[in-house]
Amino acid sequence: MSFEVDVSVRRGDRIIAARFATGSGITALFGPSGAGKTSVLDMVAGLVRPDSGRVVVGGEVLFDAAAGNDVPPERRRCGYVFQDLRLFPHRRVRDNLLFGWRLAPPEARWLSLEAACGFLGIGHLLDRAPASLSGGEAQRVAIGRALLSGPRFLAMDEPLSSLDLPRREEILKVVERIRDELNLPILYVTHDPDELSRLAATVVRLG
Amino acid sequence: MIGDTRKVLSAEEWAVVWLSLKVSGVAIALTMPVAFALAWALARGRFRGRILLDALVHLPLVVPPVVTGWLLLLAFGANGPAGRFLERALGLTFMFRWTGAALASAVMALPLMVRAIRLSLEAVDRRLEVAARTLGAGPWRTFAAITLPLSLPGVLAAAVLGFARSLGEFGATITFVSNIPGETQTLPLAIYAALQVPGGDSAVARLAFLSLLLSLAALVASEWLVRRGPLGAGGDRHVL
Repeated sequence: MSFEVDVSVRRGDRIIAARFATGSGITALFGPSGAGKTSVLDMVAGLVRPDSGRVVVGGEVLFDAAAGNDVPPERRRCGYVFQDLRLFPHRRVRDNLLFGWRLAPPEARWLSLEAACGFLGIGHLLDRAPASLSGGEAQRVAIGRALLSGPRFLAMDEPLSSLDLPRREEILKVVERIRDELNLPILYVTHDPDELSRLAATVVRLG
Repeated sequence: MIGDTRKVLSAEEWAVVWLSLKVSGVAIALTMPVAFALAWALARGRFRGRILLDALVHLPLVVPPVVTGWLLLLAFGANGPAGRFLERALGLTFMFRWTGAALASAVMALPLMVRAIRLSLEAVDRRLEVAARTLGAGPWRTFAAITLPLSLPGVLAAAVLGFARSLGEFGATITFVSNIPGETQTLPLAIYAALQVPGGDSAVARLAFLSLLLSLAALVASEWLVRRGPLGAGGDRHVL
């Protein structure tokens, strides 16, 4: 099992809960806006602390309320591609890409900068400032930054939402290649049924 | 050229300028860590008494400087509790010393510095800090790599503003450490002293002009630092 998740958290007067156990490939958290998809992603990444439950990824326990186990986000090795990207504005593309790579222990670096640039077609952007990138370029840099941090799984929050149609196709192909060529489990948030079938994802319905 | 400009001021007047720069420089260097810690607590802290702390920090901005000087006298004077402690612990005295002038400057500059740093800390996008965490950076690394560089323009602006405020400090200084040439007589105090002397008009004019020049330079520098975001993040500068 790649993801074994059983979490719940109280947000104001409602409870966000999810429970699933899925294999390799893409696990899609699917549901309408406001269903708590991002909150579940944040709980798996360690950014939101569940009130109860367990998070196990690839056999490693990342959170276990009963055992009092809570691995901090910087040690979960979760490559998180945020919906709003969050590229560091004060660092050039190269330093954005290498941010996590430099922090990762050498044995955890399974991808080189050159390989990432080739994979994503971003080699020509290395000296640019993030503010000067187009939407599709910034999206690819954000994916590259996550991949270079040496993650054991990816968390992607609606990675197509801010893109026009041709760019969507481009990023979908990248996601498929991460699934097929890099064999990286992906937890993928979306509210679009077309993406589910296209990505052959295991679907977890929320809301 | 240097020889020419030196002749504009007398040796005593140059000594006043250097003393002012020393007092302000030391005041700002020592205040900066305190100001940053206070700004951090006010911007990020969630604790009881935050509003009170905020008010206390801003007090020197609104209290008459002469009152601030008198309070410093009570606390750091020869018989003040803080003064006695520092003399015994570090051999540090403030009475009638340039160190006292620096302390008075530091207290008066503190609110301005805390404000500038706090604003820049509040402007830092916390979501970027979260992103750094997921990429493997612990809390301290996140602070050093993301929070500090993104708030740096505010920190530098605080240093310049505080420095400028220190250069102009008068009321608290003269109350606390008096007006002693060569020891506590900074630019404003020297101007005040020159005003008391018959025929001191030209000295007043020279020192006042110099004072204006330094203040203007500091304000321009702080404005430039605030506008110039790193990597054009401020919007007006683009890199390739």
